[in-house]
Amino acid sequence: MVTLSINGTSHTVDVPGDMPLLWVLRDVIGLTGTKFGCGMALCGACTVQLDGRPIRSCVTPVAAVSGKRITTIEGIGATPSGKKVQQAWLDLDVVQCGYCQSGQIMAAAALLASRPHPTDTDIDAAMAGNICRCGTYVRIRAAIKRAGG
Amino acid sequence: MGTRRKQPAALRVVGKAIRKVDATAKVTGVTRFADDLFLPRMLYAKLLRSPHPHARITGIDISQARALPGVKAVLTGRDLPIPFGILPVSQDEHALALDKVRFVGDPVAGVAAASEEIATAALDLIEVRYESLRPITDAEDAIAHPEPRIHDYGDGGNLHKLVNLEFGDVAEGFAAADLVREDLLFFEGSTHLPMEQHAAVADWSPLPDGKLTLWSSTQTPHYVHRALAKVLELAPAKIRVVATPNGGGFGGKSDPFSHEIVVAKLAMLTGRPVKITLTREEVFYCHRGRHPTLMWVKTGVKKDGAITAMHFKSLLDGGGYGSYGVASTYYTGALQTVTYHVPRYKFQGARAFTNKPPCGPKRGHGTPQPRFALEVQLDKIAEQLGMDPAELRLKHLVPANSLTANWLKIGSMGLGECIRKVVDGSGWKEKFRKLPPGQGIGLACSSYITGAGLPIYWNPLPHSGVQLKCDRGGGVTVFCGSTEIGQGSDSILAVLAAEVLGLDPFDIAVVTGDTDLTPVDLGSYSSRVTLMTGNACIQAAERARDVIASHAARKLDLPVERLAFADRRVFDVADPAHGLAFAEAVQLAEAAEGTIGTVGSYTPAPSPGKYRGAGVGPSPAYSYSACVARVDVDPASGIVRVPRVWIAHDVGRSINAATVMGQIEGSVYMGLGEALMEEMAYRGNRNVVHKIPSLLEYKSPTTLEMCDIVTYVVEDPDPNGPFGAKECGQGPLLPLPPAVANAVYDAVGVRIDEVPITPEKVFKALRRKEKGEEPRFGPTQFPDIAWPEPTRVAPPWEGGDGRAVEAGQGRSMADEPARARRR
Repeated sequence: MVTLSINGTSHTVDVPGDMPLLWVLRDVIGLTGTKFGCGMALCGACTVQLDGRPIRSCVTPVAAVSGKRITTIEGIGATPSGKKVQQAWLDLDVVQCGYCQSGQIMAAAALLASRPHPTDTDIDAAMAGNICRCGTYVRIRAAIKRAGG
Repeated sequence: MGTRRKQPAALRVVGKAIRKVDATAKVTGVTRFADDLFLPRMLYAKLLRSPHPHARITGIDISQARALPGVKAVLTGRDLPIPFGILPVSQDEHALALDKVRFVGDPVAGVAAASEEIATAALDLIEVRYESLRPITDAEDAIAHPEPRIHDYGDGGNLHKLVNLEFGDVAEGFAAADLVREDLLFFEGSTHLPMEQHAAVADWSPLPDGKLTLWSSTQTPHYVHRALAKVLELAPAKIRVVATPNGGGFGGKSDPFSHEIVVAKLAMLTGRPVKITLTREEVFYCHRGRHPTLMWVKTGVKKDGAITAMHFKSLLDGGGYGSYGVASTYYTGALQTVTYHVPRYKFQGARAFTNKPPCGPKRGHGTPQPRFALEVQLDKIAEQLGMDPAELRLKHLVPANSLTANWLKIGSMGLGECIRKVVDGSGWKEKFRKLPPGQGIGLACSSYITGAGLPIYWNPLPHSGVQLKCDRGGGVTVFCGSTEIGQGSDSILAVLAAEVLGLDPFDIAVVTGDTDLTPVDLGSYSSRVTLMTGNACIQAAERARDVIASHAARKLDLPVERLAFADRRVFDVADPAHGLAFAEAVQLAEAAEGTIGTVGSYTPAPSPGKYRGAGVGPSPAYSYSACVARVDVDPASGIVRVPRVWIAHDVGRSINAATVMGQIEGSVYMGLGEALMEEMAYRGNRNVVHKIPSLLEYKSPTTLEMCDIVTYVVEDPDPNGPFGAKECGQGPLLPLPPAVANAVYDAVGVRIDEVPITPEKVFKALRRKEKGEEPRFGPTQFPDIAWPEPTRVAPPWEGGDGRAVEAGQGRSMADEPARARRR
């Protein structure tokens, strides 16, 4: 049994300790907003926050995150930076297919929480691991700047 | 349709930047993609795939797999023996290989089990005995080795399709030219790489109901519906296909797929829901991406750049199955004529079967390759003539409202305006051939169809249908078979219904992509959706407006012509205070007539070309793009960076300004990837194993490589488009690769006649330049092909009537429509 704190709610789940967090979120708890893109930490679609830092949930064993604060796309809107990011995403119509956007938003919200007014270099460093095939990068960059005021 | 339509004095919704109707769901993670569906008692499926590129199956033993605890069913090819395929002329796929595998990754067996882990373990217990056959590794290999044949149909040996079309005497055209150039170019294959892996869930209601439901990440639920009915031998009424929102398509989810049929069959056998989600590696095997294409182009021009004749040859590496390949082959020759006037034109195209994942339609379907060849060659011609490449193009544009040599009907044509926008915006005249060494600027143009003029299977039915229901509470629901793949098709329906009925787009509920609930739309391919569903939606909304208006007019004691619909009201245009709430008007109409529901549909007008092969290329409208790319080339490494792109796109009319910008930017992004880095590469041995089936090694641009984009939206309304709209989701990709190639030449004086333009190729060309050799990297020969006799068609200006002068080649995808029209 593993006890997880997800979006401020405690969940106790009966899963093997080496099960990736992504599987626990999606298949066991039913939080399907976090996406499976590659299973190898290569695309960023599965990004969630662990104590406010972005991590790849597809390669994170659930045993490693017990007792830590996990935030997913379903809960990020309750944080100040997450709320700003989601609003900026809507204002600039960032989303196309939307599949990678949960991960993009989680990475962007983590960036803004640590650097409220990020530079292009900050954005490059924070977002380079999140792939978008609709090519929304230009809008993502603009939206992060907008959310950063 | 459309002639009766009153153009509103001022558009209130159309053209504005409006939040997409699904945007909030997508930024909060609540959109349900196929893999997000979980049904009670659901099983999980996995596919066993071939490790051999070309082999006969001599035996399969599934007994151990079937005996594994937790395994509920195991399928092999014998369980699903009926072939299928997206085109009627290429029904060459089986859900699971029957007797032969044709590429590494070809599905051989399917398992349903209580968990994905058990299903995966069961795959290891299936014993397949193979007898290896010599693999065919690429198109040249296919020509050199007609045996062993990959398929027992096609145009001989391992050639799937040969096309030979001639519009006027090109030899005469070349003789009249002041300059004739021949160039060889190669466009490498690339894949869609949607972030969402293909996934599907099947559910079966037991007999006697016997109804199958399939939720799938598909761009074409209607064609999946047909394929399921055929292979599973079920009545179409017993099948419901629901297209879930696609997490990216780009053409890669436009075929009916093995995994969709297999989960359906597994659900029927087990009586339980079955899900399959492909792994990232498997998505590379599904492929259907850009055909690697070798091209030879010969163009004659006068001193002022006027084209006298063009002869274009293409050789496509098709992979292991037909897919859309016949159409792809024609598309490599169809649209050369729609940008600049080409008075005489000859096209020869060949598609080879090879033992690799099948190629098919990727964003731009068969046209980015020839566009690359044509625009790079024009850059060379301009230099030889001492002309500015922008001026050369501007002088010889195809006129609006004209016919091309191959009988395509051009409507609105905004390419001139597009060229002027990017030339002015980029400071072209101050930069071209004037930037410091290592910096360069290049220009290219393009055009694309706004929907294929003909359906994939011959039928006289509408391409798109809409049903519209008015609720007495003032809401409206639009039902349409179209599929939201991120391009914003749901929003288009909401915006257009809102415009016609005077509502807010968020008053409109949109139900799409469900074969039980929605009238047919052929699918999200060929950039057809805005134009076709849009026209259908406008027709349905206008019919509803007419019904409502008649009752509102009576109540308000006004002639119908005096009524306006806006701001959720129906009112007197002369006295806006005198009116009714829209909901009240609906209630009046419903009280008098019963439930208010209307329909609309759209069928493209017949195209003027009547020759065999005329089925590919016609479209209700053509979009136009012009692009200027700035590059920095490091001569020491050959690395090319693209800091900025200026793109102008003639979209006819922007329906949703936000969506248009996003689609243009996305096209630029994907074109940039193909220009610089994306390639479907295979190991250079006889195993033909995909070299890079992962997101790490398949290079695609990240935010670090993404260029700045300056976008100009040009609006040259087309009479066939909804409010004049044309496509914008594919066309703007096309000019990127040639613009980058031309800019590299401007920067360092080497021609890279092959994409992707990798550092290695640039470096090699620079070394050749240093040594005084031809400063070029690219192909050096086009193989001999035994072409059939050409189908000769006189161009419109030479007295032609759109029919072939004499009979030529064999059957084509376009045969049936052409025959039917002649009846």
